[in-house]
Amino acid sequence: MNKIESNKGWLFVLPVFIVVAFSAVIPLMTVVNYSVQDVFDANTRFFTGTEWYRDMLNNPQLQGALIRQFIFSFTILAIEVPLGILVALMMPKKGWQASLALVLVSLPLLIPLNVVGTIWQVFTRTDIGLMGWGIRELGYAYNISRNSGDAWATIILMDVWHWTPLIALLCYSGLRAIPEAYYQAARIDQASRWAVFRFIQLPKLINVLVIGVLIRFMDSFMIYAEPFVLTGGGPGSSTTFLSQALTAMAIGQFDLGPAAAFSIIYFLIILAVSFVFYTTIMHMQKDKTTSKSGE
Amino acid sequence: MNWMVWTMPTAGFFSGIALLLAGMTVWQYFSPSVERKGFLPIVTTRGDRLFIGLLTSAYLHLGIIGFTEFHVLVATALSVIWIAILMRWG
Repeated sequence: MNKIESNKGWLFVLPVFIVVAFSAVIPLMTVVNYSVQDVFDANTRFFTGTEWYRDMLNNPQLQGALIRQFIFSFTILAIEVPLGILVALMMPKKGWQASLALVLVSLPLLIPLNVVGTIWQVFTRTDIGLMGWGIRELGYAYNISRNSGDAWATIILMDVWHWTPLIALLCYSGLRAIPEAYYQAARIDQASRWAVFRFIQLPKLINVLVIGVLIRFMDSFMIYAEPFVLTGGGPGSSTTFLSQALTAMAIGQFDLGPAAAFSIIYFLIILAVSFVFYTTIMHMQKDKTTSKSGE
Repeated sequence: MNWMVWTMPTAGFFSGIALLLAGMTVWQYFSPSVERKGFLPIVTTRGDRLFIGLLTSAYLHLGIIGFTEFHVLVATALSVIWIAILMRWG
């Protein structure tokens, strides 16, 4: 079968291409330029070559932030994905209850990031915050500005509260798209609740879950405002994630060269993880379609 | 353009990438790429292999700059060989 390829379509993409050039490509190239120099002002700059990269790769603070970032991202994914599926399974299927549940579940998603941080900051205060005060009353000396375990648990709880609804909504829409006939067939076969989930619902959810996991991974990898407001990265640097470490360097110390080098490394990590993830998923789907057509 | 603080090496690098992309476009126009499976675990087109090659080369550069005493051009030379192998047999 011969497909006629028309390249006129590219003309219509041109405006987007120009916008992206200005919004992404040119800034990125500038960052690369900064990363190989020590820039004081437009006329005073020194070529440093790969020095900043070497410094950044061997910087224990950034290595620490990177490890914490991975632990954080994988922890919240491990909690939010199963929890989101569970919430979606429990949400009412139709009627006013369904609408009410949708609104209630999506409420946290409507709150701006730094407001979420502020809400939890107040919520976890031990003098006036319900959670902080409540845990203290139960006899545990809860303190997010002293105890790094408490800070971690609170930040993970905050992220789960804020973003599980996204997974839940995606899964809910995925579940609603499953035709009733599948469930009827399962009833005829007397399939157990688990079998229905494992062999009907989960396979149909894979597509939305892929999108959910990818969005959540990238978003959590760039998390900034919430922990910044809640813990300020402390105690010490125990909850300082990558973007906060980067901001401290670029804005706080105004070390643009090292910060640029570090940005490039950060970008490469996100690019690699997203590419591996995307390829794996596309590969899985391609396998599925070829095995189907082979039947 | 002064605000972009260009240097010769970075200008060369981006020109190289731009030439590479233009070259790939022309090549694609005259002989369209066919998906195939080489030693990589996935089916790839020419562009996929170039992307994988460039991305792995970036990591190779980081590894050599950060954790060995070799000059950065060693990494570049290795990358060129690696991308050539990947394009041909990947």
